Amino acid sequence: MTDLYHSQRAMRNMRKAALQRGVIAILDVGTSKIACLVLRFDGFEEGAEPDGVGSMAGQSNFRVIGAATTKSRGVRFGEISAMNETERAIRTAVQAAQKMANVRVDHVIACFSGGEPRSYGLAGEIELQDTVVKENDVARVLAACDVPDIGEGREVIHAQPVNFALDHRSGLGDPRDQIGNRLACDMHLLTVDAAVVQNLLYCIKRCDLDLAGIASSAYASGIASLVEDERELGAACIDMGGGSTGISIFMKKHMIFSDAVRLGGDHVTSDIAQCLHVPVAVAERIKTKHGGVHATGMDDREMIEIGGDSGDWDKDRRQVSRTELIGIIRPRVEEILEQAAERLLAAGFESLPSQQIVLTGGASQIPGLDGLASRILGQRVRMGRPLRVQGLPQAATGPTFASTVGLCLFAAHPQDEWWDFDIPAERYPARSLKRALKWFKDNW
Amino acid sequence: MQSLGRALPLRRDPAPSRWAYRMQRLWLTPLFRVTMRVGMPAFFVVLAMGIYLSDANRREAFANFAVATKEKVTERPMFMVNLLSIDGASPELADAVRRKLNLQLPQSSLTLDLNAVRAHAEELDAVDSAVVRLGAGNVLQVTISERQPAWVWRTGHGLMLLDATGHRIAGLAARDDRADLPLVAGEGADQAVAEAKTILAAARPWASRIRGLVRISDRRWDLVLDRDQRILLPADDPIGAVEGLIALDKAENILARDLTVVDLRNPLRPVLRLAQPALAALRQAQGLKISPESKS
Repeated sequence: MTDLYHSQRAMRNMRKAALQRGVIAILDVGTSKIACLVLRFDGFEEGAEPDGVGSMAGQSNFRVIGAATTKSRGVRFGEISAMNETERAIRTAVQAAQKMANVRVDHVIACFSGGEPRSYGLAGEIELQDTVVKENDVARVLAACDVPDIGEGREVIHAQPVNFALDHRSGLGDPRDQIGNRLACDMHLLTVDAAVVQNLLYCIKRCDLDLAGIASSAYASGIASLVEDERELGAACIDMGGGSTGISIFMKKHMIFSDAVRLGGDHVTSDIAQCLHVPVAVAERIKTKHGGVHATGMDDREMIEIGGDSGDWDKDRRQVSRTELIGIIRPRVEEILEQAAERLLAAGFESLPSQQIVLTGGASQIPGLDGLASRILGQRVRMGRPLRVQGLPQAATGPTFASTVGLCLFAAHPQDEWWDFDIPAERYPARSLKRALKWFKDNW
Repeated sequence: MQSLGRALPLRRDPAPSRWAYRMQRLWLTPLFRVTMRVGMPAFFVVLAMGIYLSDANRREAFANFAVATKEKVTERPMFMVNLLSIDGASPELADAVRRKLNLQLPQSSLTLDLNAVRAHAEELDAVDSAVVRLGAGNVLQVTISERQPAWVWRTGHGLMLLDATGHRIAGLAARDDRADLPLVAGEGADQAVAEAKTILAAARPWASRIRGLVRISDRRWDLVLDRDQRILLPADDPIGAVEGLIALDKAENILARDLTVVDLRNPLRPVLRLAQPALAALRQAQGLKISPESKS
């Protein structure tokens, strides 16, 4: 765990260096597309209240100066499966974004959706030495959280203090300089497969870039597409991506739960391809052009040319009605939503005061999805689009780019994480100077 | 049926190769860009020049070429000045100016320093100011305004003409040549001609009698009249003294008497010196016997 602490701290320092230089790249490695944005930071925002505790909270305002998207290659379920292919796709995106921004970027913040994220709620409690809470005490209480067995080969990517409690007062955002005796904290820990993170890290390294931060894409799209009151009162964001569907639950402006269903829009496409015997590219085109989830009488008469390049006249002239297409798409979408509902149920989403669900991501653009989703997930469902950020091209404002935009916001306003605080002094091994002084005092 | 002519299009990999990607990143590095776009060309230019000029013969040839080119340009006929014309000066002064300037004509106007020419011309005493202009037809026009003589100054070495400010103009052979100008004498008289002018203006009633003004000890003036009469003026406020004497003269007709010196140096106690016969007559009238030996 200390190893991770150090690597995350190294990333944090890298991010600081990047912010000093003012240019940082955002890389969203998805299953269907890889997006790269180049951000320029213009200095600190005036009058912005930092939400969190630590020094990284509330950085600055920024502007998107370069944006590029490319078709993803070598990524399955949000995990890198063919490193070379992915590296090429990342290079394509980064090069195009750099060209547009006309500036060289060295630091990237990346997000990915795979790696089977699992979240844990941690609690820690300490007695305060002093009656006043200091920065050091915050670090101590974070260190005092008992870490569950996260399993072999898994790594922590988010460890965020979610709540502080001082004596009997709970729900404190920032306990520093408050008076009390016992400080308790709740921490949300998100772990992913270590190999996935390692692959991504290695892939980015091979593109001559430094990784300055890493985030789960479910978290990022939650930041981007939930509005402030939803994040405050409790809401779930379902990011329906290409290869996996990320779920994140927010409460009191913090993510308290995250999970992923390893199903996405690509599965719908492959269903179409299998059923209609067409290439995946054609199936994708048919899905995006004619897809839907509610069949009406009109759809029976609407015939879709499937086309084909086989050379067989009969095969190339096939037609399918839209109803049939919807019949292929709908079960898979229902399956995805049911799985998501299952995960939400498992997380205890019912007990939240507000049960808003926001659907975002590329696969949420199927017409009629909101009706279907409200049947499965409950009445309070809305379609989400990411927030507007300055300088973002019009083409990159759709729900497809929710996690990309969320990552921009994450870069500008990072949530305090466990490693943003210094190691508490008693854990620090190098106390030799103090010990030497004591020895001198005792002996001379 | 798939037509035979159309082959499946070869899909090119859109990804940049690793080296293309690195080169693009390198080109986006500001320092590298500056080095390649400014540093390298400058370096090569300097290097080529250095190699070319490292040979002494080439250096000499280059210097010769530079000189020759310069001459070729400066000696084109449209730049040559052939004529010097001097306006506004008497023929003698024009000759003097021409000698003083000592221009080697024809000369290129590009090498001609007009300011130096003007300064040279103005070094002559008789020249008040000069305007030097390169006129049409490449004629160097020097327009001179002469100093106007206003005083004759008698010194131990001879006579000298001065202008109204006391600047010397030229020598003078005889006083009668410029009998119209007032005469001053004495050391430092040229520095004080302004005062002399006011004194002369104040002493206008005696204009016909005034012979000149003498500067004494570079401090004060003596007004010399005919019949060897001399008015010694004080250093401060000589005008007041003159005006006082004029009033006295009007009332008592004092200067018509047989006086040699009117000493006004002490304004409270003017002193008169009588001529010898007058003094003797005065003594006699007072009944004093004067031996002829004690005459002073």
